[in-house]
Amino acid sequence: MNTRIVNESRREFLKAGAGLALAVYATPALAAAAAAAAESPATPFAPNAFVRIGGDGVVTVVSKHLEMGQGTFTGIATLIAEELDADWSQVRVVGAPADAKRYGHAAWGGAIQGTGGSSAMPGAWDQMRQAGATARAMLVAAAAETWNVPAEQILVSRGVLSHAGSGRRAGFGELAATAARQPVPAEPPKLKTADQYTLIGKLKLPRTDSRAKTDGSAMFTQDVQLPDMLVAVIAHPPRFGARVARFDAAKAKTITGVADVFVVPGEPGVYAGGVAVLARDTWTALRAREALTVEWDDAGALRASSDELSAQYRALAAKPGKTVIARGDVDGALAGKRLIEAIYEVPFLAHASMEPLNCVVALGADGCEIWNGEQFHTVDQGAVAKKLGITPDRVTINQLYAGGSFGRRANPKSDYILETVALAMAARERGRQVPIKLVWTREDDTRGGYYRPLTVHAVAAALDENGAIAGWRHRIVGQSILKGSPFEAMMVKDGIDATTVEGVDDLPYAVENLHLDLHSPDPGVPVQWWRSVGHTHSGFATEVFVDELAGAAGADPYRFRRGLLGAHPREIGVLDRVAREARWSDPLPPAAEGLRRGRGIAVHKSFDTYVAQVAEVTVRPDGSFRIDRIVCAVDCGVAINPDVIRAQMEGGIGYGLSAALYGAITLKDGIVEQSNFHDYRPLRMQDMPAVEVHIVASTEKPTGVGEPGTAVAAPALVNALFAATGRRVRRLPIDPRELRA
Amino acid sequence: MIALNVNGKSLSLDVPDDTPLLWALRDAARLTGTKFGCGIAQCGACTVHVDGQPVRSCVLPVAAAQGKTITTIEAVGNDRIGQAVQEAWRNLDVVQCGYCQSGQIMSAAALLKAKPAPTDADIDAAMSGNVCRCATYVRIRAAIHEAAAALA
Repeated sequence: MNTRIVNESRREFLKAGAGLALAVYATPALAAAAAAAAESPATPFAPNAFVRIGGDGVVTVVSKHLEMGQGTFTGIATLIAEELDADWSQVRVVGAPADAKRYGHAAWGGAIQGTGGSSAMPGAWDQMRQAGATARAMLVAAAAETWNVPAEQILVSRGVLSHAGSGRRAGFGELAATAARQPVPAEPPKLKTADQYTLIGKLKLPRTDSRAKTDGSAMFTQDVQLPDMLVAVIAHPPRFGARVARFDAAKAKTITGVADVFVVPGEPGVYAGGVAVLARDTWTALRAREALTVEWDDAGALRASSDELSAQYRALAAKPGKTVIARGDVDGALAGKRLIEAIYEVPFLAHASMEPLNCVVALGADGCEIWNGEQFHTVDQGAVAKKLGITPDRVTINQLYAGGSFGRRANPKSDYILETVALAMAARERGRQVPIKLVWTREDDTRGGYYRPLTVHAVAAALDENGAIAGWRHRIVGQSILKGSPFEAMMVKDGIDATTVEGVDDLPYAVENLHLDLHSPDPGVPVQWWRSVGHTHSGFATEVFVDELAGAAGADPYRFRRGLLGAHPREIGVLDRVAREARWSDPLPPAAEGLRRGRGIAVHKSFDTYVAQVAEVTVRPDGSFRIDRIVCAVDCGVAINPDVIRAQMEGGIGYGLSAALYGAITLKDGIVEQSNFHDYRPLRMQDMPAVEVHIVASTEKPTGVGEPGTAVAAPALVNALFAATGRRVRRLPIDPRELRA
Repeated sequence: MIALNVNGKSLSLDVPDDTPLLWALRDAARLTGTKFGCGIAQCGACTVHVDGQPVRSCVLPVAAAQGKTITTIEAVGNDRIGQAVQEAWRNLDVVQCGYCQSGQIMSAAALLKAKPAPTDADIDAAMSGNVCRCATYVRIRAAIHEAAAALA
């Protein structure tokens, strides 16, 4: 390998000064190796640590998780700095490389390293505080040894150790080398109690990535430049599963700067492949791709159309599926009663992160180095190793910032990464063993698959004489995300994909007679998790349906829900809070002449975080509308970084609204009809409502906030539109024509 | 060779005339703070200032930028307005993934140059071309107002 990454993290390490690093492991078994590594001038900064302290006093936190916008780096640094008693200004965060042994995710059992399911903070909560506390104890021991005073008399505050009796003081940097030689405490140090926190829960703790992301210096995969690197684009087939029949690159090859054009064979069901262009820079590669003529072999190609799939799914919804829950006697409970029935449908959705997918791969003599906004570290590492026929430890993954992901960069089949590796392998066979950056354009990204699955929910219920729910029959029709993935064995039980039924299988409302069944048709469209996964449709279907039931009962939507949540105090907590903050019991100010106003409420738990929202809308005569305000209450346990929590509610709501208002990927004869932001329309500034976020105080263990805000936005909005217009939207994205006066 | 004035420096870049300014900046000048998001002037991630005006660099041929003054995110903080915008962005922790924020900041700085005290409607009009998939819009709006107040 001719070079390593131009990575600010590595520069930080080197600046910190060789031989003065303190490496601390959270796992005591690894501590001896860490101390040895810290002492060795050859490897002063062993990679398998969470905390490093340089001679300059800089505390470098190594985050096992990706920063893709959700504030994960800030959260992890907060936990470590809290127990370390570091000064926030001396803390830096870098992304860890792929290494399951050292950076396995505690919340996923420890064997896999990755970021997702809003699980970073719950996984980090104990482990990172422990890492910080251990480092602190070793610094204290170093001071005690240096000053010859009892350790118990040493205070640590904001990056300074002091001893009152002797008047001695020292910063972390001065003690780092001595600290690195201290034994790791045999007993894990005692963690702080909540009243001792100086950082956790602090209202305004600046994000660690704010500066780099406001001056252009933050490094994303798209920004990687390596010596001799070539930029690649691939002409992908228009249909999933099609292959290159023949191509003509004569014209493309006349363009100055084009290095090579060749076929990268696809891997069915994983990545598309196609005709690759290698060039000295991105624009040259793009122009050369335009100049290609490619004929495609559609023999094995997907020819599905969304309209047909929708009709098929709705037909399936009339037939019994695989039983997920059979509680009580639904048929008996519904017999002879007036049924309230509804069918809800949501489309395929692309993640459409601002940074289109990309990856940099450099094949070496006996290994492979990757630069990526890496969300699924060891899954990707294993897949790449398998493809190359090498062991995972030969695959080095450099973690960069990801320009959004919303789940896409944690592809269970490692699609775009394996495509880049296949490209690099094909180039190597042609004598070009150089680093390669594969760039997907917005069009490639929009049409590249791995969508949130098109899903239909068919629900029927009846009320008893008291207005309570007598029985609830719920049927879901949706493609399995996990089928055919490495997670199938773990998360698909008896043919039931847990990610398709989540959010319905744990319906919080008091329903004695509940039947849930599932159809998982497989039309072959590449599908994947999308911010809040199954909750994107289950939160919508259940929370709109409950609103319909409240209407049938003639009850207030808030009070109706509240009355059915007896056994669920945390749902009640956020519901009460949001109703109070939104002044639910006061009438909305009247609309101007000709306009209709309304207010809707929804509550949903996902990833163990509880969110309730109230949406307020003003609807015009033509059915177009303005979302005036969304009030949100969230209970995510201990609020580690309140401002990050607020930001994630704001952003999660915006992401959910984008889908509710505009989001739809449609297929016609296998061709994805959308290509870029003009036809896969995103939420824009003028669409964004005012958002008010209220955090419910809690002493429960912290849970994640990246996803839970998203699932609640669409039902709150649709319920508000109903309140304003009397029209019930059951299919997303919302068609304003349904709301005409 | 194309001669460009970028961030107060004269650059000579070996790129074809029709190369979009975006790729000349990113791949030839190695100024990677300006981002590629859509390539068709739909998202604003590539926004730079050309003679003080916000421009989508992904659709501006580099030849058309010759002889003009180009400012990118790397140097927007060199003037009072750009600096105030960056400060407000940091004070309010606007960023999430951060990928669109160079373009957001360039558009916001251009807005404040043209309208020192923008209304919400002004902000909607000036910022509607800048997409943020993290939906940091609430804070972008607040940060523009904060920067305007700081500059007043």
